[in-house]
Order: sequence, then C-alpha cells, then structure tokens
Amino acid sequence: MTLLNLFFKEPSEDATQGPTLKISPPKKWTSINTHELWNYRELLYTFIWRDVKVRYKQTVLGFLWVIIQPLFMMVIFTFFFGNLAGIPSDNVPYPLFVLAALLPWALFSEGITRSTLSMVSNSAIMTKVYFPRLIMPLSGVISPLADFIMSMSVLVVMMVYYGYVPTLMVVFLPIFILLAMATSFSVGVWASALNVKYRDFQYTIPFLIQIWLFASPVVYPSSLLPESLQFLYNLNPMVAVIEGFRWVLLGTEAPGSGTFVSVGLVVALLISGLFYFRRMEQYYSDIV
Amino acid sequence: MKKTMTKKTAIRARNLGKKYRLGGVEQHYNLREMITHSLKTPSRILHPSPPAEEFWALKDVSFEVEAGEAVGIIGRNGAGKSTLFKILSRITSPTTGTVELYGRVGSLLEVGTGFHPDMTGRENIYLNGSILGMKKSEIEQKFDEIVNFSEIEKFIDTPVKRYSSGMYVRLAFSVAAHLEPEILLIDEVLAVGDGLFQKKCLDKMSEVSKEGRTIVFISHNMAAIKYLCDTCILINDGSIQQKGDSGKVIEFYMENVKGNTVVADSIYSIDPNKSAQITRIQLVNKNGITTSTFNILDPFEIRFEYEITEYYSQLYMVCELRTIEGIDVLMTIDSDWDNFHNQKMNDHFPKDPGKYQATIKFPAPFLDTGIYEFDISLRNDLFRIDEKKEIQFEILDQGSFVSYVRKRGRGEIICIPMEWEVNKISGF
Repeated sequence: MTLLNLFFKEPSEDATQGPTLKISPPKKWTSINTHELWNYRELLYTFIWRDVKVRYKQTVLGFLWVIIQPLFMMVIFTFFFGNLAGIPSDNVPYPLFVLAALLPWALFSEGITRSTLSMVSNSAIMTKVYFPRLIMPLSGVISPLADFIMSMSVLVVMMVYYGYVPTLMVVFLPIFILLAMATSFSVGVWASALNVKYRDFQYTIPFLIQIWLFASPVVYPSSLLPESLQFLYNLNPMVAVIEGFRWVLLGTEAPGSGTFVSVGLVVALLISGLFYFRRMEQYYSDIV
Repeated sequence: MKKTMTKKTAIRARNLGKKYRLGGVEQHYNLREMITHSLKTPSRILHPSPPAEEFWALKDVSFEVEAGEAVGIIGRNGAGKSTLFKILSRITSPTTGTVELYGRVGSLLEVGTGFHPDMTGRENIYLNGSILGMKKSEIEQKFDEIVNFSEIEKFIDTPVKRYSSGMYVRLAFSVAAHLEPEILLIDEVLAVGDGLFQKKCLDKMSEVSKEGRTIVFISHNMAAIKYLCDTCILINDGSIQQKGDSGKVIEFYMENVKGNTVVADSIYSIDPNKSAQITRIQLVNKNGITTSTFNILDPFEIRFEYEITEYYSQLYMVCELRTIEGIDVLMTIDSDWDNFHNQKMNDHFPKDPGKYQATIKFPAPFLDTGIYEFDISLRNDLFRIDEKKEIQFEILDQGSFVSYVRKRGRGEIICIPMEWEVNKISGF
C-alpha cells in the first residue's frame, strides 16, 4: 500500500441501496474524496478552459503576450546579470541559460498566484453552487500550462539559433514539468485555503515568489553557491526543476541527489495541505 | 411494522440544525487581528472560548420528500429558508443532523452563476451549464434548444457584457431551465426577468415536475408556489411550523405569520450613521383615520416622513406595490406626477437637509379586494439609502358595483370600471 492509497479513501460503492449522497455535519479531519473529484473532472476542464480563454480577451496582441513576456525578461536579465554583472552560466550562452529557467519558473509562479487567489476570486460561484472546492486551486495550477507550452516555442527557436540540440534525456522533461506543477500545487493548496480566512496571504505570496526566485538558480548557476550551503539549497524543489530543464535541454550537469529530498518535501507539504484544505472546505461559505 | 414501499423517498432530512456565531471575539479574518487579540487577552489561552453569541438559523428540521413530488418552502425573511436551501445544495454544512438524497441533485440559487462577461453567449452556455452540473455531452445535445428558448440566437457569439440585462437574464434562465437532475432545488430565481419569460420558465419547470422529477422550490412568490407545488413546508424561526397541502399552508402562513406585520402607523428609530432615513409610515383612509384596511370604493393615502442630514444632489422615493402572492402591481417614484403633468423628464431631485413629508394618493376604485404589501425606499442613482419592506394593507369590499364584478369570479388585481361603448350598427 502506497502512501497515496492510505491517504485517498475509496468510496463505498453501494448505489443500489443507500442514498446517492449523504450530507452530515463537518468532521475535523477527512481525506479527499477522489471518487467525487473524478466525477467532477469535466468541471475542472471547464474552469481551465475558461482561464485560458479569458486571459487574453480584448487584447490586440492576444497570445503573442505568452511569447513577449519571457522574451523581454530574458533580454533584461541577460543585460543586467549576464553582461553587466558578468554572472557565469555553465558555459551556455546566457540568454539560453536564463530562458530555460524562466519558462518553468513562470509555470510555477503563475500556478501559485492563480491558485492562491482562486478560492476568493471565485467566491461568487462557490457560494451558489457546490462542487469539490479543490477544483479551483487545481485549475489555477494547471491553466498556466497552456501558456507554458506555447512559450516553449521561443526556447526551441533560441536553441536552433544557438545550435543546441536537446540531449536524449529530454524524455525526462515531463517529470520536471510535473515537479514544478506539484510544487506549485502544494504551496497553492495551503495558500488558497489560508487565504479564505486570512486575506493576508494574497499579499504575502507575491513576496514569497520574489524571494523564491532568488533562492532558485534562475539568473545564476547553483555551482556558484559554497559547498556548505548546497544541502540546504537543494531542499528547494525548484532547484531540481531548473537544473533538470538545463540538463535535458542544454546538456549541463544533472541535478544532484538532493532532488529526492526536495520531492519528499513537496509530497509532505501537499498531503498536509490537502488535509487542511478539506477542513477549511466544509466551512467555506460561512467564512469566505 | 408495515413495509409499504409504494413510493420512493428522494430527500430525507433528519434533525437538521445550523448554528452561526454572531460577531464574537472568535472571528479573526486577518493575522494581525488574531495576534493582537491573543496579546490583549492572554487569558484566552487558559479560558479558550469567551461567550460568543450563538444563533440557530435552523433547528431540528426533519422532513421527507417523495420522488416526483414538488414541494414548496415558504416563510418570512430570516426564517431559515435560505439556510435550509444551502444545506440541501451542499453550499454550507449543517451543524447537526443529516440529509440523505436519492438521485442526482441540481441546485439553482441564482441564474447565470459563473457567467463571464468577456465570454460569448455560446461559451457561457457551456460554462454555466457545466457549473450547474451538466455534462458536456448533455449541453451539446441541448444546445440548440437552449438557444431557441432564450430567443437571442442572433447574439449567441457576442460577449455577454454587450448584452442588455434582459438578454443576459434570458440566456441565464434558458440554461437553468434545461437542467434535468433527478432532484431540482430552486431558490427564488424567478424573481427576475420579465413577466412573460417568467411564465415560460415556470411552465418549463412544471413540465419537469410532471416528468417525475423531484422539485424543492423556495420562494416568496405564493402564486408561483401554488402553481408549481402540491405540498408546502412553512418554516418559522428556524423550524417547521406546518407541512401539507400547498393551499392550506399558504393560507395559514398569510393569516398567522405574515399578517403580524400589518401596522397602520409605524415610527422608526433613527440610526445616527445614516444621512437619509425614513422615520414614519402611515396608512390613512379617506376620513383621515389611521388604518390598514380600506374600502374598495374609497381613495386612501400612504404617508411617509423622512429626514436628511446632508445635501443630496439626487434623492428620490420609490414605492413598490405587489399582491401578497408576490405579483408586482405598481412602482411609483415621487417625481412621477410632476413629470407626467408638466411633460418633463426630470430625474434629478436635489434635496437639502431637513425633515420631509410625502404622500401617495391612491385613487378608487383601483385595487381589487385582497391583501397587498409595499416597500418604500429612499434612493440616489445607485443605492437604496434606506428602505422599509413588506408593509401590508387590505382592500375590503363593503357592497358596491365591484362586488358584483367579483361575484363573477374574476380574481384580478386591478378593478377599474372601464368605459365601454357598444353600439348597434344595424338590425336584421
């Protein structure tokens, strides 16, 4: 039995006799009802579709913004950190080096931002209709994937320009994408639930993301850090994500064994977050 | 024990209760407040719960609804109807008790939930349908029907923010009317939209109930409840007061519960935080006597007094009159008379601070016999600054031309004798 099996309960399938649904007073700690979540998957797709669809409505450039944003960031970072500050980049051209980090970073930070706000900004819907509340932060984390996939085209063009061919290890890329999203979700679940009661979190999270950016090897290589700090540094799952991206696409060194520790951290954060979320969920419409 | 399983149960509620905390020291909506509170009163750690005021919005409510039944839930504002609805539709959880639901549940607390202004009508049908619990295949299958029902085919690919409010409501209603769960919960949604379209939706919904679906309908609109529901549950002060045949329960409600609000002369206490407020409402018959019953043939007046403590560049009074069943009769604004008689289109009414008195003069014969209620509000262009609701009066018939009319069972609202001219054009 895996950890997840312990956590997710299977609903009793006794549809012929018992009620379709039983409503009871809140329990202190309950696990996520995966069966119900699965039944509502179409609604999850709908919310993701809405978020993607609405994002660039009534803009002239539309989806071009997906490309423009990371491109500008790349130019600015290259100028200040690469040229002016002369930060090393593991023998990869600096623009490529920074772009390979900016894309998963945007996926991660957008996911946190959207999921944190999701429970409050959609309160008009959620106080009128029931659905598993977890759908909201979940769609907040998944919808930036559309932007991410499109913005990857910029990276492809850049790699062609600099004559880079991805290594065979590129098959591992989805794992690092998944890790970025899982990290984003683990923070998002906590923050979205807390934000329902304490609106402070919607102001705290942007700070956290900024600090996190500099605690991750986005503008500098992690080799820049002294050996003594390496263990602590590797607890950050985004270190693994970014180094993973550079490893499979640009052929730099693979992320270290610290990756597994950070994955463990994400799992712990996620599971505790889901329990907290579930607890808050039952009082949601009374406190939002 | 008899085991007669002739009818299946759709909803079984047992001992439902919902407790709310009022104000209280316990609620902290941001961290700072929480921290300062625990610093100010460290004793809280030792004596954890200070006496927070508790309020049971619902207590010990039990009932059963059979499959295929249409049940109305009525009660005054704040009686606990909405709380019950929110528990049944899982928006909030009960503090005590359980509900068992047999069948797929759909709930309508409002129409157009989740409509996104930037999305087109077409996109919003999918979005709203999905939020209300329809599967994508189901929406696709009913899409044309929904669009036809809404009567806005031409604008289906226009963002809904460009819609008029009427179009918006129509589209929203159309999606809702095509919801086909086994158990449908409806709360007061029919209060909006134009009359004809409302009727269309009611018809569509009663169709649904004839198809064997279970409906729970919560409303103030007694006419709609009568139209849709055979049985009715009356909720008062958080518990069930009566249950049974709709006609009887509604009658009981109007005589015993609603009737209590009939006061012919109401003086209201002044809230120093409000800059404009209604201080008195008085119902006066043609002899100048304060009363809440009027003869059908006699004119009567509604008088108000209100106070304004600051200058308003625009302030007007609105009186909305409806029958006790909830059918709108009339909406009148204090500038109507002046605008009508002097051919003006003035909607700008500057008012200086001071005390004012206003009178609405009702002609006779005008309203048919029956109980009516009205709301009075003081508004500027956006807000209802103060309002008093559900003030009632009754029109009685003490022998007249109109009683002749009524004996023929017309049962309408307005009973103005109309001028007819009948001429014989030729004989054979």
